[in-house]
Amino acid sequence: MSGAEVKLRSVSKAFGRRVVLEGLELSVKARQFVSVIGPSGAGKSTLLRLLAGLETPDRGSIELRRTDRTPDVRIMFQEDRLLPWRSVLRNVLLGVKGRAQDARAILRAVGLQGREDEFPIGLSGGQRQRVALARALIHEPDVLLLDEPFGALDAITRAAMQLLLGQLLAARPRTVLLVTHDVEEALLLSDRVLLISDGRIARDLVLASPRPRHRGDPKLAALKEELLDGLLASERGLSAVARSNGRMST
Amino acid sequence: MSDVLSNASVADKTEPPVPLEAFLAADAFAVVASDQSPLNVDVGISLPVRGIAWRALLLPWLLPVGLIAVWQGLSSSGIVSTAIVPAPIEIWRAASQLAQRGELKHDILVSLRRVSIGFGIGASTGLLLGLVVGLFVLAQELLDRTLQMVRTIPHLALVPLMILWFGIGEEPRLILVAMGTLFPVYVNTVGGIRNVDPKLIELGQSYGLGRLALVWSIILPAALQPILVGIRYALGVAWLTLVVGETIASRDGVGYLVQNARELLRIDVIVLAILLYAAAGWLSDFLTRLLEQRLLRWHPNYAGHRGT
Repeated sequence: MSGAEVKLRSVSKAFGRRVVLEGLELSVKARQFVSVIGPSGAGKSTLLRLLAGLETPDRGSIELRRTDRTPDVRIMFQEDRLLPWRSVLRNVLLGVKGRAQDARAILRAVGLQGREDEFPIGLSGGQRQRVALARALIHEPDVLLLDEPFGALDAITRAAMQLLLGQLLAARPRTVLLVTHDVEEALLLSDRVLLISDGRIARDLVLASPRPRHRGDPKLAALKEELLDGLLASERGLSAVARSNGRMST
Repeated sequence: MSDVLSNASVADKTEPPVPLEAFLAADAFAVVASDQSPLNVDVGISLPVRGIAWRALLLPWLLPVGLIAVWQGLSSSGIVSTAIVPAPIEIWRAASQLAQRGELKHDILVSLRRVSIGFGIGASTGLLLGLVVGLFVLAQELLDRTLQMVRTIPHLALVPLMILWFGIGEEPRLILVAMGTLFPVYVNTVGGIRNVDPKLIELGQSYGLGRLALVWSIILPAALQPILVGIRYALGVAWLTLVVGETIASRDGVGYLVQNARELLRIDVIVLAILLYAAAGWLSDFLTRLLEQRLLRWHPNYAGHRGT
């Protein structure tokens, strides 16, 4: 069974003089689905990049733990980052040797059977993200990091991708951190929603209701309002800080 | 699609809300349908494309064939004196005479051989240097400035020096061609590697590719298009250089044909040699385009979307 615990202790990260994360404390249980929302520039993507090992923290420690072996971590970006010169199948097999059958099975699971030998150029945006998802899943990652993977998709495709992700994770649970701008997406999919603002966790919300959840559920609607209010407040806070620093708020 | 949209709006208005799956069941289906539409479009276009393929094959020949016809007409009617420009038919006669004596084939083969060897040495050196400089910062710091300086010297200015150093044998010609082809390939290889999307390199690293695999699977394919542009350009330079190289005391080759014809006042042979250069240039270009189509078939600007 896949899934690893994630523990961050007072993690700080700055780029030049811009402090992105400041003393962040976070503990995620194995196979928990955590969504991270927050205003632009709040450090959401940096958090994922730290977990993926693409950045190193200035201070603090990051621990990914499972008992039997070193956990496998895979990240999926907002851009699909498919290699245009490789067929769909060979894109999934990036960094993997001789598992063509597994790759075919995963492509079937994401609904791309029959497209294995095509180049990515012939695929739509949603299909390209399906390939990127398959490329991450073939490693059976213990921690799956999703950096706004559906942000660039149209509403219908995004809804289909959310459903697909929910189904794939229900079949094989793993620890997931999803960065998203879409509060509804966070509420539909996750066990827990974090609102990050100013480099810290401003809200930590545990959702107990069973999945699949329904878009129009009045409880979710109330939570959505609450989180949106929180987002707006921190967005105002950020721009106020930016103004007081004499910078342009973008 | 419109059905799905109206479904969605119905779902939005309905109280109590429709379960997510029911809402998406229709959508998922619609997405599959719309996802297949690019294929349908391809099939739809493939028929007219076949017509266009014939046109694309014939149309480029219309102008040269027409020009030759007009040229022959002007010569035959005496409007243009054959003492200034020989008629196409005379050039054809000169060609068949030379061919009968075996000179034509010999000279063409000698020139082709010189271009191939010179280009082979120059392009492979340029590719190698470009790879090393593009991939290793140390090599860049060590070599790039010097290479860029040497690059700005017009290589044909080295002709006298080459003759002094290597005499009038094959070497100066081959070295000149190699020097002419080295830099276009070098510059484009370095530029191609520099312009590889860093996001793809990051992807390769986060998917556990080692250095060698990263170069082979990501950097080289990403830089391939500019490298091929460099190779195509270098082939042109190779022929240009050979024209000059073969005028230095040669005993054979197309350049010698021109030199010799000038001394014998055979304008027909001179024009024939120019046409031979044109044909050689076209052939080189054709071969590199074939190579591009094969290697860049994944690229939206080159043919074919289906992989292997």
